[in-house]
Amino acid sequence: MDNVTRWYNSTMSTITSDDVRQLAALSSLSLADAEVEHLRQDLGAILQYISELSELNTEGVAPTYQVTGLENVMREDVIVYDEADRDALLALAPKSRASQVEVPKVL
Amino acid sequence: MSISQIVADVSSGRVTARSQVESALARATAGEEYHALLALTDARALERADQIDGDVRAGKQVGRLAGVPFVVKDNFLAFGAPTTAASRILENFHAPLQATAVEKLEREGAICIGKSNLDAFAHGSSTENSAFGVTRNAVDQSRVAGGSSGGSAVVTALDVVPFALGTDTGGSIRQPASFNGVYGIKPSYGTVSRYGVVAMASSTDTIGCFARTIEDIELVMDVMAGQDPRDGTTLPDFFAPLPSNTQSLRIGVIEETMDDGVDQSVRDVTDEFIERLRAAGHTVETVRMPIMKSALAMYYIIVPAEISSNLARYDGVRYGRRTEAETLAELYGRSRDEGFVTENKRRIMIGSYVLSSGYFDAYYQQAQKARTLLIQEYNTLFETYDVLLSPMAPTPAFGIGENADDPIKMYLADTMTVPPSLAGLPALNIPAGTSPEGLPIGVQVIGRYRDDARIMALAHQMEDK
Repeated sequence: MDNVTRWYNSTMSTITSDDVRQLAALSSLSLADAEVEHLRQDLGAILQYISELSELNTEGVAPTYQVTGLENVMREDVIVYDEADRDALLALAPKSRASQVEVPKVL
Repeated sequence: MSISQIVADVSSGRVTARSQVESALARATAGEEYHALLALTDARALERADQIDGDVRAGKQVGRLAGVPFVVKDNFLAFGAPTTAASRILENFHAPLQATAVEKLEREGAICIGKSNLDAFAHGSSTENSAFGVTRNAVDQSRVAGGSSGGSAVVTALDVVPFALGTDTGGSIRQPASFNGVYGIKPSYGTVSRYGVVAMASSTDTIGCFARTIEDIELVMDVMAGQDPRDGTTLPDFFAPLPSNTQSLRIGVIEETMDDGVDQSVRDVTDEFIERLRAAGHTVETVRMPIMKSALAMYYIIVPAEISSNLARYDGVRYGRRTEAETLAELYGRSRDEGFVTENKRRIMIGSYVLSSGYFDAYYQQAQKARTLLIQEYNTLFETYDVLLSPMAPTPAFGIGENADDPIKMYLADTMTVPPSLAGLPALNIPAGTSPEGLPIGVQVIGRYRDDARIMALAHQMEDK
């Protein structure tokens, strides 16, 4: 077992409820307590499954982020207003006032 | 009836577009028990039909799809009913614009009559993850429709409409096409604009369709394909349908997809199809693709990573469902917790995990390197073979509820569909036979990048063989 695999296995066995809460916080999800234990088991199993990938030798291999080969696709720097305008978009907000989207006080 | 027949009838005035729409709506209502549709767009559809009929009477030119009713998967922004992505967070979202694919079809006279059910945000392989209830298989109502584009597959199989739109990120068109016995195409990545389609994993999301004949598939793809200034990943239009294949092709059957883990009925149907290919003059050989066994793990790292990023936009503030709270953080958190289904949360959280700084190299970066190796294996095989073949899924449609509590078991349903997605390759479901219980089974034909026309031409040739 190489170091990476060993490290994977050590993180695997330690998916705790606190880890789930931390991941939920990073993901802006306010989980109900009942969901935490359920997700701990699911996420543990999924992480164990995907960790198998550590066994594949990828030394010296460049990553692939996209398959089209297209790069720096440019267009004219012109604003086109042929679709939804500001009022139409604001109308989608659950709460708005004076042409602004409204949220709870932040400061 | 084929699309070309409908268009000929409508544009000559023999039948009206209105009658086409009315009968499609009646068939949709008759099939309500399948729960394939989340909404009908009837008022708008009839209005558009009358417009087309008026144009025909006035002697005006009507489009290549004049009067043809179709259904969109409910993750395409389209007018006439809310665009929900089968989620609570978008339950009442009325799209302010339409997807490019929908616009292109409408410009040619096609008429959207309804929006089909899916796994919420297209996360799933059975349409059981819809926030609005499961869709039933067109052949056996106790079984799943497949997914995530289950509703579109079922309305096509039930002959409600001649074609329906789907999205395919890792098999979401091909697998339900197989489970319901219709054609389903996932084109080369970049063929059809993703503008106005609810994003899942941007590096593998593709737009395609279901139909009951390959000619109909070709026509719809021909209309939808092409570069869109609003989607910087679209390719300059390369797609043009070919006549039915007459060449003798070299076809590689991927050995790893025919092992003991695959249902006997699936292997039998695939073997029979291989014999039909040989009888048609093709050379069919078994090939090895050792990286296949790692593809699912790659997929379930890369795709959740992109999902966690793409779904960050649903915050309950600018659009969609909002749960009021004292603080902004709590408003985000509760709106998202109530608006997403469990599978959405699993994927978002796995994505957050594999992208976090301590794990990024070990998971995300490793998966993207593995993706390169996968593409290299495909490239090597395509030096010798014109197309590759595998079963579409390891089993025929499974029972409703059978895999619902075990995410890994559900993910395994995607084993054969995710490798072409990671490589951006075109892949097509060909309905090839049935299991002893009569369940449809499809085979997957995979082409070289941008060689979409060839796999369709091959399917065309095999259609009546």
